Amino acid sequence: MQKRFVSIWFRQLLADWQLIRRPELAVVPFVFTAPDHGRLLITAVSPLARDFGVELGMRSADAKAICPNLEVLDDKPGRPLKLLRGLGEWCVRYAPIVAIDQFAKDGLLLDVSGCAHLWGGEREYLKEIVSRLKSKGYTTRVAIADTAGAAWAVSRYGKITPLIPEGGHTEALLSLVPEALRLDEPVLAKLRKLGFHQIKSFIGMPRSVLRRRFGEHFLSQLAKALGTEEEVIQPLQVPIPFQERLPCLEPIKTRTGIEIAIARMLESLCKRLQAEGKGLRTGVLTGYRIDGKIVHISIGTSGASHSVSHLFKLFQLKIEQIRPALGIELFILDVPRVDEVEVPQESMWTAKPGLDNQSVIRLLDRVAGKVGFDVIHRYLPATRYWPERSLRSAVSVTEKPTTDWRMDKPRPTELLRRPDPIEVMALIPDHPPKFFIYKGVQHFVVKADGPERIEREWWLDKGEHRDYYQVEDEKGHRYWLFRSGHYGGEQKYQWFIHGFFA
Amino acid sequence: MTKRDLVCKLQQDILMWQGYKSTAGAPTGRIGLGSIEKVFPGGTFPKRAIHEFITVFSEDAAASDGFIAGLLAVLMEEGAACVWISTSRKLFPASLRAFNVEPERIIFMDVKTEKDVLWIMEEALKCDGLAAVVAELNQVSLTESRRLQLAVEKSGVTGFILRKDASKATSTVAAARWQISPLPSTAEEGLPGLGFPRWQVDLLKVRNGNPGRWVLEWAGDAFAEVAPERKENIQGERENRQIG
Repeated sequence: MQKRFVSIWFRQLLADWQLIRRPELAVVPFVFTAPDHGRLLITAVSPLARDFGVELGMRSADAKAICPNLEVLDDKPGRPLKLLRGLGEWCVRYAPIVAIDQFAKDGLLLDVSGCAHLWGGEREYLKEIVSRLKSKGYTTRVAIADTAGAAWAVSRYGKITPLIPEGGHTEALLSLVPEALRLDEPVLAKLRKLGFHQIKSFIGMPRSVLRRRFGEHFLSQLAKALGTEEEVIQPLQVPIPFQERLPCLEPIKTRTGIEIAIARMLESLCKRLQAEGKGLRTGVLTGYRIDGKIVHISIGTSGASHSVSHLFKLFQLKIEQIRPALGIELFILDVPRVDEVEVPQESMWTAKPGLDNQSVIRLLDRVAGKVGFDVIHRYLPATRYWPERSLRSAVSVTEKPTTDWRMDKPRPTELLRRPDPIEVMALIPDHPPKFFIYKGVQHFVVKADGPERIEREWWLDKGEHRDYYQVEDEKGHRYWLFRSGHYGGEQKYQWFIHGFFA
Repeated sequence: MTKRDLVCKLQQDILMWQGYKSTAGAPTGRIGLGSIEKVFPGGTFPKRAIHEFITVFSEDAAASDGFIAGLLAVLMEEGAACVWISTSRKLFPASLRAFNVEPERIIFMDVKTEKDVLWIMEEALKCDGLAAVVAELNQVSLTESRRLQLAVEKSGVTGFILRKDASKATSTVAAARWQISPLPSTAEEGLPGLGFPRWQVDLLKVRNGNPGRWVLEWAGDAFAEVAPERKENIQGERENRQIG
């Protein structure tokens, strides 16, 4: 298919942006200035100021002499790029690949191959872009051509038509000035000196001559404009292979409407996913509101899934987070992460219960969607003795333990997150306590087991070992106590309660 | 027809009149509670139901945990999974292996509010791939418990509500209300140390059944009933003494 590119040139990006923010400036000439070598140079000019003769690159003092009531505003470095990024993201509605013009940094380049017919032809397409940007407050010039270079040139220097038909870009370039080729100032000065005022006056010259006089870069820029050399443009958003778009005729602002939109997008998405044997792991629904804001909701699944009903339920939990305001005019459903889906074998009887049961996985997804992934824990045995570290969290639902759970030593049914200090009366050297006081209540120990010494993992943290005792008081409550450290050691010993046995 | 058959028939008729729906079609089987199971309607432990456990002292909660773990061991046979929902979990998963439960098949959900616990519990009870759902929940109203019961009836998952604060107990539609409190264990004759965990099991309320009180022990791999003879003897002696 023939590639087509659109170039959008924002003639006065900063001035337009300022006018949108502060409409009262419409009657005041204003400029943006940035300090340069100890003086203030003008970086952007409002249309009113231009009428007075103020130009880019002038000193602010000179401009004030021409136009006494000139308003001078500070320019922030990087602001145009930031604005362009925002506009570029908005322009994704017109084409999936949108890039910032890296040469002049005052426009956008769109790869619109195969997009224009959706708006009823290229003429309507360009008209739509210009009028929508106009209604937002931006004055633009656009052009469409076979190469990004030609579109760039025509949008800025073209005088006849912005619509360059297929294969007509060479012809359109002929009558343009050399600046249209995106060249640096030294090369342009040389061209002017030699009397080349139009591209057609040097395009027919032998390449070796041109290379000798103007360098390799000049040739490459010419080739890019003519289409003999491929131009790589860097898209703002990397296009995602699994994406669904749903433009709406009327802005949508009700829950039912959003639900219908999600269901319709999921249906066609899941059909595609199913055909390729893939399943969704994360999904992002983006709504473009008519006031220019963008709203997002995202879902994640613990296992790849292409079931419409399941994914729909996950989105349903998040719909409340969407603020449609005046309405959403475009929905985009992105699937940044897909995985191979394991097609469960059709079971003739009911599926066996277990962790890999589909309904369990769906339950986990719903919980994760509503409360968050971090609330779900599953533990596997770790080959460590220190009680707090004898477990590790499982990474996935299907992960199996690599070692057996230890059963040779008693472990309490309830373990305190932090051991509580207790007061104890015990015989030395290693007798279990006679009694202990926990939370103000005295417990007389009737039966006891122990001690079980657990050494600290000295390569991780410093401290004393623990001597654990399993004790039972006169009422039958069973506790897990330990003494930290030796009785006569350098550190002070201390008794703690660490858990309760069933 | 013998007298025994007649009584049996009568009991079933009474249950029917009381509106008790027998869980025909559900997998029948013992839960390992021995004679306790006899007090339930039809003589089987109701698996498609909500069971409520209350603890008066917070230090008794471990006993309820252990008792439930013993029940889970039977419920989670054949590789089924279980969900344990809590706001402040103290349960130590590694200890469950001693109750024949494979801790890796329990999914813990540690949420912040009781509202989330309720929501997850209802969703989990609807999920027929699970064997049981345990929720540490203090406040549950009659309406909420009714919703949970409806979810259970559809899916057949057993639900356990652990109330660690008995003061907030309200009436619910739970099939049974249990209270488990620890009792002093007895080691084997002449051996020092602790014996098997022993509990006093109070069945405070049973739907269409008879409440009762038993002494149980987790004897390594199954529940074992302990005949409360010794206790009665002591009481008897004391009474005698008083008389004397």
